[in-house]
Amino acid sequence: MAPFVVYDIISENTNLLLAFFIGIGFGFILEQAGFSSSRKLAGVFYGYDAVVLKVFFTAAIVGMLGLLFFSLFGWVDMSVIYVNETYLYSAIVGGVIMGAGFIMGGYCPGTSFCAATIGKIDAIVFIGGMFLGVFIFGEGYPLWKNLYMAEYMGFPKISEFFGINEGIFVLLAIVAAVLMFWGAEWAEKKFPREEY
Amino acid sequence: MNPYLAGVLLGLVVLSANMISGRGLGASGAVKSAIVTTVDAVAPAHTESSEYYVMAKGTHGNPLNNWLVYQVLGVLVGAFLSGVLARRLTWKVEHSPKITSKTRLVFALAGGVLFGFGSQLGRGCTSGAALSGMAVFSLGGFITMAAIFGTAFALAYFFRKLWI
Repeated sequence: MAPFVVYDIISENTNLLLAFFIGIGFGFILEQAGFSSSRKLAGVFYGYDAVVLKVFFTAAIVGMLGLLFFSLFGWVDMSVIYVNETYLYSAIVGGVIMGAGFIMGGYCPGTSFCAATIGKIDAIVFIGGMFLGVFIFGEGYPLWKNLYMAEYMGFPKISEFFGINEGIFVLLAIVAAVLMFWGAEWAEKKFPREEY
Repeated sequence: MNPYLAGVLLGLVVLSANMISGRGLGASGAVKSAIVTTVDAVAPAHTESSEYYVMAKGTHGNPLNNWLVYQVLGVLVGAFLSGVLARRLTWKVEHSPKITSKTRLVFALAGGVLFGFGSQLGRGCTSGAALSGMAVFSLGGFITMAAIFGTAFALAYFFRKLWI
């Protein structure tokens, strides 16, 4: 039964070793998909390259569908899988600040690590900024503590929130993703760029 | 690599992290771990007196015992291997021909500061909160994802010179 580390199929140390290999897969795929280029990443916001949208939503759906099936097969105990907690206000405001960082900096944390390893100096500077940003958050914590802790909702699932079955939710997500992919392919033809 | 194939493979990586370790992927959490450890090493009295650092030390304290730190080390290795195979290793400041390298680096720094700060407030970044959160149906994951992409879309017009 999964998760393997919770069910003592693997030890804590093996778990950390496997984290390293999971990371190798993560980094390799991001770089192969072209996520080590900020102008390619930013392309999704101007329509000329929607690779971010295609990779991101395909991955989210494969993850959701996989966990849903594996739990139905009885292979994974979903009650011990970490579900991100929801603090409504900080989730929104944090996301808005990250979105501004994305369009200004051209990377998100994971993609900046990938880009830095292949020599992108802008990515190395972005990472420096990220350390500074985390440090500022830590040092000024009393100033934003109230926002950080406001509107705690526990660990709600989006399917519960809408009062529908998880399977129906995934089906709707797949329909939405296919429509977005169709829009993405259209945008790439409509706003082409030769070189970036 | 075909983006849809890359998406399926990335989804399988998210799935294996959940099956093996009962958790999703991440990136900004490793930065948090590094910051908390460094601040604690330089000024231990300061971290003891800060509510935030005491809290963060509990979850991100020892980097040698932190899942995300090992995972991010793997990301560096994996991306480097891919770059070697694709012959993409080169020192470069990537920017639109309309701006200088200096402008690009100033905005990269500002963007990094905002992303670092936002990832702490939002309890995770595009990997940890948005992608991994969505995979486990977390409401917060979907909200953060929508806020990140919605804001970047809304601001795209104002920063267009940086990219196109």
